Amino acid sequence: MNTPKNLKYSKTHEWVEFVGADTVKIGLTDFAQQKLGKLVFVNLPLVGDELLIDEPLGDVESVKAVSDVLSPVNGTVTDVNEELLDSPGMINDDPYGAWLVLVKVNITSDNDDLLTAEGYEAFCAEEE
Amino acid sequence: MGHYISITDEQKKEMLDAIGLSSLEELYDAAPSHLIKKNGLNIPHGMSELETLRTMEALAAKNKVFPTIFRGAGAYRHYIPAIVSAVATKETFVTAYTPYQSEISQGILQSIFEYQTMICQLTGMDVSNASVYDGATAAAEATAMCRERKRTKTLVSATAHPDVIAVMQTYCWAANAEIILIPEKDGLIDAGSLHDMLDETVACVYLAQPNYYGLIEDAPAIGQLTHEAGAKFIIGINPIAAACLKTPAESGADIAVGEGQPLGMPLSFGGPYLGFMAATSAMMRKLPGRIVGETTDSEGNRAFVLTLQAREQHIRREKASSNICSNQALCATTAAVYMAAMGPEGIKNAAVQSLSKAHYMASKISEIAGFSLRYKGEFFHEFVTECPLDTEKLMSALEEKGILGGLPLSGGGILWCATEMNTKDEIDSLISVLREVKSK
Amino acid sequence: MKLLFEKSIQGRSSCYLPECDLPVVELSANLTREKSALLPQLSENDVSRHYSELEKRAYGVNDGFYPLGSCTMKYNPKINEKIASLDGFTGIHPLQPESTVRGCIAVLSAAEKLLCEITGMDAMTLQPAAGAHGEFTGMLLIKKYHEKRGEGNNRTTVIIPDSAHGTNPATAAMCGMTVVSIPSGEDGCVDIEKLRQAVGEDTAGLMLTNPNTLGIFDKNILEITKIVHDAGGLVYYDGANLNAIMGVIRPGDMGFDCIHLNLHKTFSTPHGGGGPGSGAVGCKAFLAPYLPMPHITINGGQPTLQADCPESIGKVKAFYGNFLVVVRALSYVLTLGKEGIPDAAMYAVLSANYLKKRLSEKYIMAFDGLCMHEFVMTLEREAKESGVRALDIAKALLDKGIHPPTMYFPLIVHEALMAEPTETEGKEMLDEAADIFLAVYDEAMKDPEKIHSLPLTTPIRRPDEVEAARNPRLRWNPDVQ
Repeated sequence: MNTPKNLKYSKTHEWVEFVGADTVKIGLTDFAQQKLGKLVFVNLPLVGDELLIDEPLGDVESVKAVSDVLSPVNGTVTDVNEELLDSPGMINDDPYGAWLVLVKVNITSDNDDLLTAEGYEAFCAEEE
Repeated sequence: MGHYISITDEQKKEMLDAIGLSSLEELYDAAPSHLIKKNGLNIPHGMSELETLRTMEALAAKNKVFPTIFRGAGAYRHYIPAIVSAVATKETFVTAYTPYQSEISQGILQSIFEYQTMICQLTGMDVSNASVYDGATAAAEATAMCRERKRTKTLVSATAHPDVIAVMQTYCWAANAEIILIPEKDGLIDAGSLHDMLDETVACVYLAQPNYYGLIEDAPAIGQLTHEAGAKFIIGINPIAAACLKTPAESGADIAVGEGQPLGMPLSFGGPYLGFMAATSAMMRKLPGRIVGETTDSEGNRAFVLTLQAREQHIRREKASSNICSNQALCATTAAVYMAAMGPEGIKNAAVQSLSKAHYMASKISEIAGFSLRYKGEFFHEFVTECPLDTEKLMSALEEKGILGGLPLSGGGILWCATEMNTKDEIDSLISVLREVKSK
Repeated sequence: MKLLFEKSIQGRSSCYLPECDLPVVELSANLTREKSALLPQLSENDVSRHYSELEKRAYGVNDGFYPLGSCTMKYNPKINEKIASLDGFTGIHPLQPESTVRGCIAVLSAAEKLLCEITGMDAMTLQPAAGAHGEFTGMLLIKKYHEKRGEGNNRTTVIIPDSAHGTNPATAAMCGMTVVSIPSGEDGCVDIEKLRQAVGEDTAGLMLTNPNTLGIFDKNILEITKIVHDAGGLVYYDGANLNAIMGVIRPGDMGFDCIHLNLHKTFSTPHGGGGPGSGAVGCKAFLAPYLPMPHITINGGQPTLQADCPESIGKVKAFYGNFLVVVRALSYVLTLGKEGIPDAAMYAVLSANYLKKRLSEKYIMAFDGLCMHEFVMTLEREAKESGVRALDIAKALLDKGIHPPTMYFPLIVHEALMAEPTETEGKEMLDEAADIFLAVYDEAMKDPEKIHSLPLTTPIRRPDEVEAARNPRLRWNPDVQ
């Protein structure tokens, strides 16, 4: 399982990358894409949408299932990765390159619950 | 007592022995005993097949089958080629389940895929689903496709079929969404009122084409008004008329729906009928219900499957946009056979004949004093005339001659219909009877 | 196999209509379509052969064993087809004067009455066109009930067990309600404590099926309905599993306020490859005024259509429902009658238990003990140990000429296969089927790798569903090869 060290992780299998002072990229982890199987569609939020921690920001579809993507932060969506609408399989092929949303976060202290790469790997091992 | 049970008494005993019971009643031991219906149901004893047939034939005999029909209003008598029922009664098509196991259901899946294609060809739209219950529920489901966060209001033309409006109202009430009637003017949608009603809360506008009175609306103009306000345009069409009229696609529709009964289904006292739904590719994933798609199998052969299932209730559950599970599969296949057998020329012919006979009939009826045409607009195969007589007496007089006359409208007047099934002689007989009744 | 469009030949047609005996009228150019519909051009021979070939590539109850759990694929009597094709039913316009459709109204009235007696309800509508449509209608009765009592804005929650069919929560959402999911016990039965915690002043109702989706009869049913009623909510019965209890136990006696039935399951009307069905909805007297209109009332000793229904929820379909489907169901109920209806249920339960007993030799059951009309097997252990999944067993069965059981439902059982033989199979068919199931299991355990490539003898191999969903091709396109 691939777990880049420079990212933070949520217990619901999203990764978070800080790309600016108050901007983050969010995507799904390798663990998640393996469990979900081949993805066929992604439902993304709209630019301007408000996100709340642990609330669904969108969902991903495989042939026989739908899974919510839960927001690991509070914030406002500033950009969505529209490429995923035509090629959802990118999440399977390159989970850490296929970002879902770009979010301007409100308060950075909320992100203390996020796990480091080591913490996330340990968490996943427990889940198995 | 009638039954379809194959298990003999001897087999029953063997089966009970195998599971360690001595009577069928013991199978229900887990249930509270006072719930078991001890004295049996208060319904008649069962019957042999012959008795059931006689009973049902007697009920059928209490209905009058009119040899001549001049009534439409949402259910139309067209000629159904014999091949249509020959195919629609094929036992495997009749007794098959939904094609979830695609490897043994290619026949069903392909026939639905062909149906979807033909609906696209008829309407000009990009995608179609595998059908829904009827034209009215199709219209209601279409409004749900258009609702989003800020736009939740539906505007429906008052010139749509009353049952379509009623079903749309029930579905919108269910979803706590607003639905408002667009007033009519001279039998057509009042574009001026529509213009005033459109704002940024409107999700969609529904227009019937032809409308309930048989009149042909200026769909492209209504479509343009709708889009300028940022709302979606839904057109409900008659599939036979679609062979002649500007298509929903050509009129700018985002969604095309309609009642498919004219495509090979008999009148059947209202059902089962067929709701078709077609949309632009942009709206594809919002379509409710089943959709068949083409793919390949592991050896590269063409294969059909139910696809985009993640939209549906069995996967999305409370997040599904609709709870719809069944389509009207056998009716969709019926429509496909009809369209395949009639072909583009055949359907156009049925449409042109319906149009022509209706116009002849309209001109002859309106020659009778008091039976003037109510509206001035161009019509397809239905039209409204005034009626100077007591409509009940008139309909009775027609009934005696085996004629089902036009539908008396609640506000007065009669909605007449002609199809390719009505001969010139039939229409001329109608005129004589009308003149005769009038003169009394 | 080619599509109709690929068999189309320019200029080919049939002749079904006479020449028009009146002058042809043309519409104004601005009203007519610019491009003709590109429908295929075929001869009747083409069409006839095409559909015969399609029929060979399909599988119906008529072709063999069809133990699809929760679908009740019982035998579809041919007499019902004959009756439904009588001119006196097919040739009737829905808007004919009432005096000319006494037979049709009598059919609807008789069906309503018989179904009410079978289910313990006071009133019924035959307007919904399918089970999900019936669920929608039934939940709207409940919505209306609370609105009339001024509680429409606060009673907006529907409690649904997690073992429920997906249509249940989807229906609640369509009615503007939010879903509260309560966990089922291991036997699929309602967790009474969790139910007590879930009900409150916001409860509109509970949606339940009994027996549940694991085929188990929930013996706490009277307590369950009482808990919901005491909290001010109503209880809705999903009638999908009625074949287990019809004529033996009635939903009305279990405390349910409204129900839906699947005429195309329990009452033998054929599935048609996915419809048309009919979803009759019944209710207790206090909900009857809300039923969709028109109502059928008895006037002067004769059933009549009552359009003046001021408290009705409106209409859920144009006209009166899938009438010809109701005709079939009525014929079936008349044929079976007082003794035949409960007999069908009891033999359905006997068949399921017998098949379960035979399959228990190798297959792990989700729940031990007596089942009702269906039972659930689980391949969870096999999936972990050898990679053989429910899907693989199902595909292997296809090669043996049997329709597989329902896969992956209910969701609370992993790698589920749900089987429902129905009452219309003989013991020898059940034995033959059981032998096949057991043989498939043995073959799978002997060579787990091989099973992933099955089926081999069907018209197609396993289709690429991922590709179908990622790049949807939903119609034939003339420009695409």
